Amino acid sequence: MPAAYEKPFLIAGLILLIAFPYIAEALGNAYFTSTVSRILIFAIAAISLDLILGYGGMVSFGHAAYLGVGAYVVAILSFHFYDGSALFGLPGTEFAPIVWPLGVVLSALAALVLGALCLRTSGIYFIMITLAFAQMLFFFFVSLQRYGGDDGLFMFAGRSHMPFIDLDDDTTFYYVCVAFLVGFYVLCRAIVASRFGRVLQGIRQNERRMTMLGYPVYRYKLAAFVIAGAGAGLAGVLLANHTKFVSPDILHWTKSGDILIMVILGGIGTLTGPILGSAAFLLLEEYLPVIFGDLSMDLLKDHWRIVFGPMLILIVLFARRGLYGMLFRRENGDG
Amino acid sequence: MAETPLLRIEGLAKSFGALRATDDLSLDVAEGEIHALIGPNGAGKTTLVNQLSGELAPDAGRIVFDGRDITRIRAHERPHLGLVRSFQITSIFPEFTTLENVALSAQSRTGHSFHFFWPVAGDENLNDIARQTLSSVGLEADAGRPAHALSHGQQRRLELAMALVLKPRLLLLDEPMAGMGPDESAFVVDVLSNLRGTVTMLLIEHDMDAVFALADRITVLVYGRPIASGTPEAIRSDPAVREAYLGDEEAA
Amino acid sequence: MLLFVEQLLNGLQLGIFLFLVAAGLTLIFGIMGLINLAHGSLFMIGAYVAATVTGLTGSFLAGLLAALPAAAVAGVVIEFVVMRRLYDREHLDQVLATFGLILFINEAVTMIWGRTPLFLNVPDALKGTFEIIPGIPYPVYRIAIIAAGILVALLLWLVIARTRVGMLIRAGSTNREMVAALGVDIALLYTALFAAGAVFAGFAGAMAGPLVSVQVGMGEQILILTFVVIVIGGIGSVRGALIGSLLVGVVDTLGRAFVPDLLKLFLPPAEADGIGAGLSSMMVYLLMAVVLIVRPSGLFPAAAGAR
Repeated sequence: MPAAYEKPFLIAGLILLIAFPYIAEALGNAYFTSTVSRILIFAIAAISLDLILGYGGMVSFGHAAYLGVGAYVVAILSFHFYDGSALFGLPGTEFAPIVWPLGVVLSALAALVLGALCLRTSGIYFIMITLAFAQMLFFFFVSLQRYGGDDGLFMFAGRSHMPFIDLDDDTTFYYVCVAFLVGFYVLCRAIVASRFGRVLQGIRQNERRMTMLGYPVYRYKLAAFVIAGAGAGLAGVLLANHTKFVSPDILHWTKSGDILIMVILGGIGTLTGPILGSAAFLLLEEYLPVIFGDLSMDLLKDHWRIVFGPMLILIVLFARRGLYGMLFRRENGDG
Repeated sequence: MAETPLLRIEGLAKSFGALRATDDLSLDVAEGEIHALIGPNGAGKTTLVNQLSGELAPDAGRIVFDGRDITRIRAHERPHLGLVRSFQITSIFPEFTTLENVALSAQSRTGHSFHFFWPVAGDENLNDIARQTLSSVGLEADAGRPAHALSHGQQRRLELAMALVLKPRLLLLDEPMAGMGPDESAFVVDVLSNLRGTVTMLLIEHDMDAVFALADRITVLVYGRPIASGTPEAIRSDPAVREAYLGDEEAA
Repeated sequence: MLLFVEQLLNGLQLGIFLFLVAAGLTLIFGIMGLINLAHGSLFMIGAYVAATVTGLTGSFLAGLLAALPAAAVAGVVIEFVVMRRLYDREHLDQVLATFGLILFINEAVTMIWGRTPLFLNVPDALKGTFEIIPGIPYPVYRIAIIAAGILVALLLWLVIARTRVGMLIRAGSTNREMVAALGVDIALLYTALFAAGAVFAGFAGAMAGPLVSVQVGMGEQILILTFVVIVIGGIGSVRGALIGSLLVGVVDTLGRAFVPDLLKLFLPPAEADGIGAGLSSMMVYLLMAVVLIVRPSGLFPAAAGAR
């Protein structure tokens, strides 16, 4: 399909998403809705990474850290709410209009601090440092014994409390995720088309020239990094609510790798690609073992993950433009 | 009428290990003049431009621009003072269209870019500015083409346009005609000629025809220091220069 | 005081491990411009092969000697099959492809050896303690590691500073194209470099076997610390890798040993324990942050001069 078909494709996709819970119900498996919620949540995280990676050229291997911050903000506040104890003198809460923005803001703050440090470097250094700092946050959360440490933290109080909306109902929560994904996607589309977006892409294509044109490149990269961190934080907030459980594994560097895979698998620098990539990755994760089991390939059923490695290598070597590239042709020659 | 020169370089020095790329270099560029910098390969011309543009910090010396010591000023701030460079090896945005390349340059001097919501492609003000500059370098017909699809000569002209649209006071031109055929070179010489008086230029070039056609003054750089500086006629007849440089050119 | 010296020595020993892994990695970064996340896997392979062969033959030496060629072979295979195609690619591609390698190797190791960690015992010849400093008995095995590391560092220095190959390496770390232009078989040099890095990593893995449990994921833990080392020491610089490794090893070990107690001087015990544990594991990253602020290219970047 030529790139012009992208909009109709997205609209069709949205209609499908809206109708999905009814389809799942009709197929007799309401659990599907929950799986798709998870896909939507990671799609938000992947889109946020695509913003800095695909458009800004920043290879961050620590993006899951901001996912984790958002998730833990929700879980920790819920813990104190359930427990009755105070956090820095303030009571815990599960009131979504307070907790959710707070999760996003704290993730953005973490991105600001870590980004300010990491962006002093570039190239190989940058990749290593983002990985190292993300791992630092991982160890930090592991060390928080009070909040479960390695074992993680259950949200016994359940999902956040949103006025007028019953988040504890899986279908309602699903629609909330759809709404946030659509909202975030539209926001990112606007950002990418704006003056800021053009500067970001200019930085990716030729950072040196941007500097010589008079752009303070560091500031723009940092701003993009913070926006991406906020997006990941949003995904983290939703993730904690989805599973009602958080653990430091959310921040483990392999999770950052997973989100990177989603972006590249789906199509880097397209915003739509990451949605496809999130779906493909999580569906593979969910159903590969089942497929191998059905085919009576027991060794592969237990070790289905062995497929991921070569798959990723092959994509990098031969199908760099991902699923998006396979679906949509770009018009004026290749990018 | 001794005016302060627009650019005054005083005792600039830069070494890389044992190599003295810039060796106690002093030079003046008067406002409105086209000042050419010539010299054999390895004379340190690009190193000088890198120091003037702020990408390389000199070991010693001062750079005074419009009466202001800019030696320590960061590279990205200099274009806003009016000091703009173009690159010897074409440095454009290959994935953007020709128009977008120039529009992005122009965007730099039209306020900050922390605007996240309005589509920049629809900014007619920006597009008009870009189109005008594209016209002046003869690229208006190629405005919609992706920059990577342009020919080498067209890309060199785009390179120039991106610098011109910033309305520089001093333009540092690093071999703008590199790799151009005679027709294109002549065209660029015309473009630059028309700017004489409005834009001050420090021009590095190997193309001697262009140099003698454009330059008000020429400085000859050898091993990082100037060995002669003066009008084209004076340089042409200077024996030291002939030996060091023009002799090679005539043989080539 | 006793505890401090002991922990200091432990820190040195951790530093040596890091150096063995970092030296190869930093040269590969600096000369080949290649970022290889799977370098930690070579560490792991060394450990697994050593544990298995020692288990089969009862001789640690046999295990150690088997680990070296195993790691070298693994390194060469990786270079041939994957890395070759990535030399001209962007860093992102290298990161993703080598991440894919990690996923594959980790799962393959699990398939072959299962998920239970293997255990490797300290060889009898190196059991017991020795008073390396009078009054302070220190495990012989750890002394052996420190000695081995010093030997390797000396060997590396000799090769790099005194041989033709070393000269090529030094030249290559500042100018890849020139080395190729000199007519040196770049492909061969790269493969050899890769294999050498693999051998060092495998050696470290084998030696680490008796100290840590041999399991999947051990490679990545040390890899990330190695990244911190290289950031602190500077890319492409073996000297930087050595100093960075010792610094990171000592700071990490001393931090874990003493920060919780130090905090107890200022904070109530419950808080001190909680924050102390977190802070001590973050020490090396904070160190990295400080170095980044002061010297973004590391303490001894290769580009500033040879080696």
